[in-house]
Amino acid sequence: MAFITATWNPLGEAFYRKSELYEMCWSIRDGLRDSLVAAAPYGGPIALLREPHRRSPSSRPQLEIYSASGVSITSFPWKSGPVVQLGWTVSDELLCVQEDGSVLIYDLFGSFKRHFSMGQEVVQNQVLEAKVFHSPYGTGVAIVTGSFRFTLATNIDDLKLRRLPEVPGLQGKPSCWVVLTQDRQTKVLLSTGPELYILDNTSCTAVCPPGLSPQAGSVVHMSVSFSYKYLALFTDTGHLWTGSSHLQEKLSEVDTKKSTPPKQMVWCRRPKSQQPSVVLMWDKLLMVAGVCNDTIQFPIEDPCVLVGELDGVRIISSTNQELLQEVPLVCQDIFKIASMAPGALLLEAHREYEKSSQKADEYLREIKEQSMLGEAVRQCVEAAGHEYDTNTQKSLLRAASFGKCFLTDFSPDPFVSTCRELRVLNAVRESSVGLPLTHTQFKQMTLQVLIDRLVYRQFYPLAIEICRYLKIPDYQGVSRVLKHWASCKVQQKDLSDEAIARAVCVKVGDSPGVSYSHIAAKAYECGRTELAIKLLDFEARSGEQVPLLLKMKRSQLALSKAVESGDTDLVYTVVTYLKNEMNRGDFFMTLRNQPVALSLYRQFCKLQEQETLKDLYNQDDDHQELANYYVTASYREKRLESRLSLLQSAVDEYNKAKNEFAAKATEDEMRLLRFQRKLDDEKGAGLLGLSLQATMEALLALGLHKQAEQLYRDFRVPDKRYWWLKLKSLAEKEEWEELEKFSKSKKSPIGYLAFVEVCMKCNNKYEAKKYVSKVTPEQKVKAHLAISDLEGAADAAIERKNESEMGVVLSRCSVSDRLLIDRLNRARASAAKK
Amino acid sequence: MAHSARRKDCPELPDFSLLKRLARDQLIYLLEQLPGKKDLFIEADLMSPLDRIANVSTLKQHEVHKLYKVEHKPVVSTSDQLCFLIRPRIQTVKWICDVANADKAAGKFRRYKIIFTPQKFYACEAVLEEQGIFGDVTTDEWAFNLLPLDDDIISLELPEFFRDNFLAGDQRWVRTAGSALHLLHSLYGPFSKIYGIGRCSKMAYESWREQVEEGEQRTHQAEIGKVFLIDRDVDFVTPLCSQVVYEGLVDDIFRIKCGCVEFGPEVTSSDKSMKVMLNSQDKVFNEIRNEHFSNVFGFLSQKARNLQTAYDKRRGMDIKQMKTFVSEELKGLKQEHRLLSLHIGASESIMKKKTKQDFQELLKTEHSLLEGFEIRECISFIEEHINRQVSMIESLRLLCLLSITENGLLPKDFRSLKAQYLQSYGVDHLLTFANLRQLGLLVEQQPGETLTVMESKVGKLVNDKTAGKLTDAFSSLAKKSNFRALSRKLNLVPKSDEEYDLRVPRDMAYIFSGAYVPLSCKLIEQVLDRDGWTGLEEVTRLLNGHEFAVSGSTGGDSKTKSDAQRIILVMFLGGCTFSEISALRFLGRERGYKFIVVTTAITNSSRLLEALLDNHA
Repeated sequence: MAFITATWNPLGEAFYRKSELYEMCWSIRDGLRDSLVAAAPYGGPIALLREPHRRSPSSRPQLEIYSASGVSITSFPWKSGPVVQLGWTVSDELLCVQEDGSVLIYDLFGSFKRHFSMGQEVVQNQVLEAKVFHSPYGTGVAIVTGSFRFTLATNIDDLKLRRLPEVPGLQGKPSCWVVLTQDRQTKVLLSTGPELYILDNTSCTAVCPPGLSPQAGSVVHMSVSFSYKYLALFTDTGHLWTGSSHLQEKLSEVDTKKSTPPKQMVWCRRPKSQQPSVVLMWDKLLMVAGVCNDTIQFPIEDPCVLVGELDGVRIISSTNQELLQEVPLVCQDIFKIASMAPGALLLEAHREYEKSSQKADEYLREIKEQSMLGEAVRQCVEAAGHEYDTNTQKSLLRAASFGKCFLTDFSPDPFVSTCRELRVLNAVRESSVGLPLTHTQFKQMTLQVLIDRLVYRQFYPLAIEICRYLKIPDYQGVSRVLKHWASCKVQQKDLSDEAIARAVCVKVGDSPGVSYSHIAAKAYECGRTELAIKLLDFEARSGEQVPLLLKMKRSQLALSKAVESGDTDLVYTVVTYLKNEMNRGDFFMTLRNQPVALSLYRQFCKLQEQETLKDLYNQDDDHQELANYYVTASYREKRLESRLSLLQSAVDEYNKAKNEFAAKATEDEMRLLRFQRKLDDEKGAGLLGLSLQATMEALLALGLHKQAEQLYRDFRVPDKRYWWLKLKSLAEKEEWEELEKFSKSKKSPIGYLAFVEVCMKCNNKYEAKKYVSKVTPEQKVKAHLAISDLEGAADAAIERKNESEMGVVLSRCSVSDRLLIDRLNRARASAAKK
Repeated sequence: MAHSARRKDCPELPDFSLLKRLARDQLIYLLEQLPGKKDLFIEADLMSPLDRIANVSTLKQHEVHKLYKVEHKPVVSTSDQLCFLIRPRIQTVKWICDVANADKAAGKFRRYKIIFTPQKFYACEAVLEEQGIFGDVTTDEWAFNLLPLDDDIISLELPEFFRDNFLAGDQRWVRTAGSALHLLHSLYGPFSKIYGIGRCSKMAYESWREQVEEGEQRTHQAEIGKVFLIDRDVDFVTPLCSQVVYEGLVDDIFRIKCGCVEFGPEVTSSDKSMKVMLNSQDKVFNEIRNEHFSNVFGFLSQKARNLQTAYDKRRGMDIKQMKTFVSEELKGLKQEHRLLSLHIGASESIMKKKTKQDFQELLKTEHSLLEGFEIRECISFIEEHINRQVSMIESLRLLCLLSITENGLLPKDFRSLKAQYLQSYGVDHLLTFANLRQLGLLVEQQPGETLTVMESKVGKLVNDKTAGKLTDAFSSLAKKSNFRALSRKLNLVPKSDEEYDLRVPRDMAYIFSGAYVPLSCKLIEQVLDRDGWTGLEEVTRLLNGHEFAVSGSTGGDSKTKSDAQRIILVMFLGGCTFSEISALRFLGRERGYKFIVVTTAITNSSRLLEALLDNHA
């Protein structure tokens, strides 16, 4: 373990270490020479364009994309124009800036996504140089054109081109420039040789870095830190100036004693850095220059590429990849030779403990005496996070775990989460996955983004394992991964629809939060309509299927799904859609097969579009409904003629519907209407619209007996009805003579009890009596009772020897009718005997 | 009294006032979404339900300036903010569009808000869009699904459910029913068992299941154990019969609206009408509501005597006793006195109408129809009823009852009765008849049908009849209906030769004077007894199926809370009558259950038939 410090190099107070991340899996014949290389931070992918300037059409340059560990992801010949610059966006998309100012965007797998242009003016003047930069607003592109003008796009997803003002006196390519993001503004800092300028949206300001010695010469290379806080300038005399990017503060000035400008210059810092430094690279030399005027120098054999990271610099060569970083303070404390920091003691104590040596106790006591055990555990845990080597991680974590045993109220959370996170990090650092993230980067990036990146790289099983291991709720975890997986799966062209649908169904099952309709939409986007329909079948909520089905023009299916969902609003939505999409005939035909939709639409038409309703019935040959429709319509008509013509249509339809009864009834109604109209005209009787009964009533009330009689005959009114009617009417008008005549006109079909009752209702006992004698024997008692003739009732009952009738009469007798009561009782007794 | 509780262990009912609170809070929240003074327009049929939830002063507290009833006329409001509380009906939305467009034309700027209850429909929004005011109004939903009318009655107050669903085939309310069930489930569930019969019930059940699956699950102590869903069209006979239980009679004669009845001057024996709440809070009413009407008078007079005795205690009291009497008892007595005199008044009024010869004959006809006895006489009675124009609705009711019990009318009768009806009440009732036919309420006997029915039934019946009566048997066989078969299977019509003592009812038939056990309630009884539909296959076949019985999600711990298992929620889709509620209360007392009746609306024969009228009077 002591040799951990072997790779450490002191730089001022701090140490720098260079640790190997990978042996690169790729085999590149000519190394990285003559290639355009872009490697994304946070262990992102590497893009490589060989010999970008070769222009013969016979041999096109090859664009290759690798993971950070050099595993080939894709490779294809470059068929577009000459590329000036490659770069990666924050969402791992590759930007290829071409000479003509157009920027082509590819995804990680080399499929073309879209393109945009940096402006018309560039087409002629060409792009001299371009830079891809990241800011809080997203990924931006800056170019300088052949006419030495700068153009910026701060966020390529929300493209707004800004052409920066002209730089006075700039007659050639600026010797160097960087993009700065400060105070929510994006600016360009450029050097024209002797002068430094800051270009912002509106102005070009000459600036001078504070404390740069006058003899230092002109700036030929510059670099800004990962956080845009610090700036490094390299002059033609080999001086390196470092300071704040506001150019208000100087950190240091180092004489590198190199006269050639470096090929690459990158800041190497870390959060809470003790000794920020700049890494400069020449052909054979890598130099780390710190603020303390110290330098570390490494010889290099191969051309390399430097990738600035949040907490260090990755050095990619054709054979391997290393991480150069300042040793974190806590690691220094623990591993520095002869360190007495509590963490170092705890590590030592644990080591002795494993050897079963009592020295363990001594070390522990020492820590405990200073009451630093908690601190010691904390240090070990933290240091483990910063270590890349799994053995070192283990021994540190074991030591922490050992120390924890002697503490009573120490929160285990940091220990547990560090263990888990390290397990995840070790898994993604695997060469086959190739995401060399440090713990610091991981924390900055967040777990969500890490999972997204894994999903994007199609490491679905790993992503699911991680989600399960870290117990992320399904909604944000496993389901999300499955959703992406399924969306990707449906794009596999070599598999049959059937196979894909089955595979998706088996894997996804009914995981919460995965919507089959979403997956189906993806399939539809890829032009696989059949697959989309198959997938939609798995969607449990019919409602979700409908919008996509409509989009795919499967309107019939959409309608039946909507009906299935039981959501009438949805059905109505589809119906409205269909109404606008289809011609009327087809629309009606479709509805015909869906009774629910049809009745819904009918309801709507009844209230909104009466005419459509008619068409609808017509289409269906639904004569019955059509006739009903005409009848309804006739009541809305004020004019008799139109009313009659509507009723005639109703009659026709009723006949077609073989509903003779209704046809007849309607015809009768028409006859009645005409009759009423005639009488209204002649006598002003006001009959129109009355029912037959009401008409006759009205006629009788007006004394128009002849006309009433006519209706009675014409409409074959049942005798009973007519007799009742006439009886009532005459009684109400107290035309007793007429009534008597009427009663004698023929034998009453309603009997004569009715006469008695009606007369009594009109309080005419005298008239009522006249009819009592005519009543049938069965009703005699009732009739006598109706006119309150108890004697008569009793006589009739006794005569009929009917016990129950006698009882009825008895119940009506009052105490004063003693004689009658006796008589009845006697009769009852004798009747009972028999 | 007849209803001395037979089983003392009836469980306690859950507290449903929570539903009111929920609805009120939500309404207030919605009103506050439109800050400032506003005029509120309320759909006419929402007035009474709203009154039960939030009174005028509550509304005023939330800056409602004036209240109007929606009358489909131009508005006179001066407020610059109008809020409409409406049912999702196209006509009303159209009217609002007219209001808004008129304002626009007059250059008046107003803010409009429409609160749809219980939910909004896409069709309504489509109208707003069509009329070009979609952007000018804000819309909201007030999920006011359930209004507790009493301790054991909850109403959705959606009378149009019946016509929309069963006649027009418009299933828009199914989801509403599902949501109502969902709300009850989430507040008082989980349910351990769900039974149901009818197409709409099944759909409502499915809609509810869907909502349960979508929402989050909360487990708590169940307060309602079992649920029974039933479609109104499973049993049309019961609501078509004349009601003779007090509460049902009051509804038939005075029309109970939202748990409240308006007694006219003839009842109050003053010159004013009076609105009275009818629920279990009314001590007098609570004791007579489920009684057969013939018992009510006896009870009331007994009550009056008791009251008199209580008053009489005053005599011979000293000052101190008098003081306690006045402070403690008198108020209660006065209150009881007032209620008693009201109900006596109502009973007298009912007596006047219902003890006449006509009513007795009407009942006799109904009972004959239910028994399938002397059908010819019944037809003559109905004919006379139509001819004498006794009542448009009553005649229609008898026609329907005749048709259902006889499984359709003979073609000759069918035509002649219809023709006479049209002569009496106008030819526009052709449309009413079309509606009734569609629902199967008034149909013609199909010649083929009679044969098959005859084939299947002839074997059994021939044994009972002597050879001489065989021809009679055949003619009556032709009229055998599903109702007859059901009635025999379920023993719905008790044997008429036994005397039925209405004071001591022995089964649910007492609600129809012992003549008929309501089919709906009998089904509920049978299914609860059998814990499902096994053994009732023949019955469900006759009822056109769509039955189901499903165990709820939490079956395991159901045994521990046996009290909740005896609380049974019965949901009537399409309305239920007070008689059915009385029957269920009776059943509950017999078996130690408590029934909670949830219905889309309280119905009776008149409401049922009026919903199907299509005349233009």
